[in-house]
Amino acid sequence: MPPNELMTASIPTNRRTPPEESNMNMHSMTVRGKDRYKSGVMEYKKMGYWEPDYVPKDTDVIALFRVTPQDGVDPIEASAAVAGESSTATWTVVWTDRLTAAEKYRAKCFRVDPVPNSPGQYFAYIAYDIDLFEPGSIANLSASIIGNVFGFKPLKALRLEDMRLPVAYVKTFQGPATGIVVERERMDKFGRPLLGATVKPKLGLSGRNYGRVVYEALKGGLDFTKDDENINSQPFMHWRERFLYCMEAVNKAQAASGEIKGTYLNVTAGTMEDMYERAEFAKELGSVIIMIDLVIGYTAIQSMAKWARRNDMILHLHRAGHSTYTRQRSHGVSFRVIAKWMRLAGVDHIHAGTVVGKLEGDPATTRGYYDICREDYNPARLEHGVFFDQHWASLNKLMPVASGGIHAGQMHQLLDHLGEDVILQFGGGTIGHPMGIQAGATANRVALEAMILARNEGRDYLHEGPEILAKAAETCTPLKAALEVWKDVTFNYESTDMPDYVPTPSVAM
Amino acid sequence: MRVTQGCFSFLPDLTDEQISRQVQYCLEQGWAVNIEFTDDPHPRNHFWEMWGLPMFDLRDAAGVMMELKECRKVYGDRYIRLSAFDSSHGWESVRLSFIVNRPKEEPSFRLERREMAGRNIRYTTTSYAADRPEGRRYG
Repeated sequence: MPPNELMTASIPTNRRTPPEESNMNMHSMTVRGKDRYKSGVMEYKKMGYWEPDYVPKDTDVIALFRVTPQDGVDPIEASAAVAGESSTATWTVVWTDRLTAAEKYRAKCFRVDPVPNSPGQYFAYIAYDIDLFEPGSIANLSASIIGNVFGFKPLKALRLEDMRLPVAYVKTFQGPATGIVVERERMDKFGRPLLGATVKPKLGLSGRNYGRVVYEALKGGLDFTKDDENINSQPFMHWRERFLYCMEAVNKAQAASGEIKGTYLNVTAGTMEDMYERAEFAKELGSVIIMIDLVIGYTAIQSMAKWARRNDMILHLHRAGHSTYTRQRSHGVSFRVIAKWMRLAGVDHIHAGTVVGKLEGDPATTRGYYDICREDYNPARLEHGVFFDQHWASLNKLMPVASGGIHAGQMHQLLDHLGEDVILQFGGGTIGHPMGIQAGATANRVALEAMILARNEGRDYLHEGPEILAKAAETCTPLKAALEVWKDVTFNYESTDMPDYVPTPSVAM
Repeated sequence: MRVTQGCFSFLPDLTDEQISRQVQYCLEQGWAVNIEFTDDPHPRNHFWEMWGLPMFDLRDAAGVMMELKECRKVYGDRYIRLSAFDSSHGWESVRLSFIVNRPKEEPSFRLERREMAGRNIRYTTTSYAADRPEGRRYG
């Protein structure tokens, strides 16, 4: 179903605009000429920030906000205020506007819809001229769109749900340093998800003990191991210790298997200088991949992405901290926006949810994130929370990572939800195996290969999954043990973030 | 040891029937399947020798299986793999690759360590088989 039809279908027609405002708000109320610039305070919707007849240009950035106005505040005025405060406005009229092409620089809210089944919330579509943004800078883009307006008093809450980034702007960014295709070529791994594990316990291991876990997991059959987000350089393990022992483990496992292996060396540090020093050392040691945390900030991420491109390094991003602003439906920034920004910024891997694991992730919403990472073109799909058509203009593809509470027994579900171009990270599901880390890794690898084989053979692997795994376990004791120990482990909780639009079944002819 | 490159090396060796089903899957995706062989399985030896060209425009896996049989007759003592190429925009690369033939004995790899300043170590991986000249490494 085309997105607009879907949207119209799911909103009762009499609720398209708030009833008390419906007639007035359908038209522009913008005050023009001399009166527009009289000193004093004027409603935002009269200042040119509400333009219901405006047709966004192909080159406009479009942002979709979920606006929850304070009680008694007109939703149109609240939405116009968001447009104003995220572009040119301040609380009072200023004559200096007249020195500029002010109409061009004003963000224009052109559509406000009530959110289905959420009284008091409105979707506000706001268009921004491309000249409002510095080319190739997430810092500038985000400072503009989310820099000021989220604390605005007339709003109870505000959430940035999605953005349409024009191709002209997309092209000013480097994009993923390596991309899925080149990563696969470099790693010599095709046709199946990659396998990883985060070293546990995440705190307290010495460099030597840490390297042991890496060696066992890689030798057992994983492609990657990973530092956790807060493994940097602490009293129990200096970063150089970790890097040296990890690379011994990687090389030893490569020789033992004849396969290319990697370990995400986390270079996150207090300053850029420290991060560059650690990244250079990782390169000197022959690592194929380094890692950073989202908390280092957008500019630091872009710097490391450029470094990674220059140095043939795969760049893994751990989305540390994102849930503080992505998880609640009414306020913050949706992760789909963060995923878009990170694809522009240029990381190669991003944690994007597991659906079945221990961390937040409704299946439809997660599907939306994965599409944003991996496709060259995203058609709007409201049922996945994707509000806009988005062209990626051949920017490299970003590999999503599924991590947190997943195990071999879920392999069929993981493949079904997440597809083939994904890294499945089994941390506990490898290291917690009753027969040891190598056995844990082997169990995961065998389960994965058996499932891919079955899928390619045309079997209904989602429904036959448990049988396929049981059959593979007949010749693989570690898999048998894994299936036994984790057989009842599931994480079924209500999601806090899911799409607002559900497809309404149409009458079949 | 067992070299575990490729998509299915952790499973028991595939039967010809299983191989054929994987090939059919590739053909149905519109990918061209290529047969490659080597006696140097170094993990970064990306360019194995080609047994002819990738088989474009093929519809039936039987064509690949026939070529595989021929290749095994000549190079049955070496590693043989099938690789499927996808020419569609945004990929233009290998989409599936798996080993379909191995030497009877796989003599593993030597890991050499050269100690450098500052505890740094330079690693070199070499297949023991590669100690002998090409063509006389297995069997």
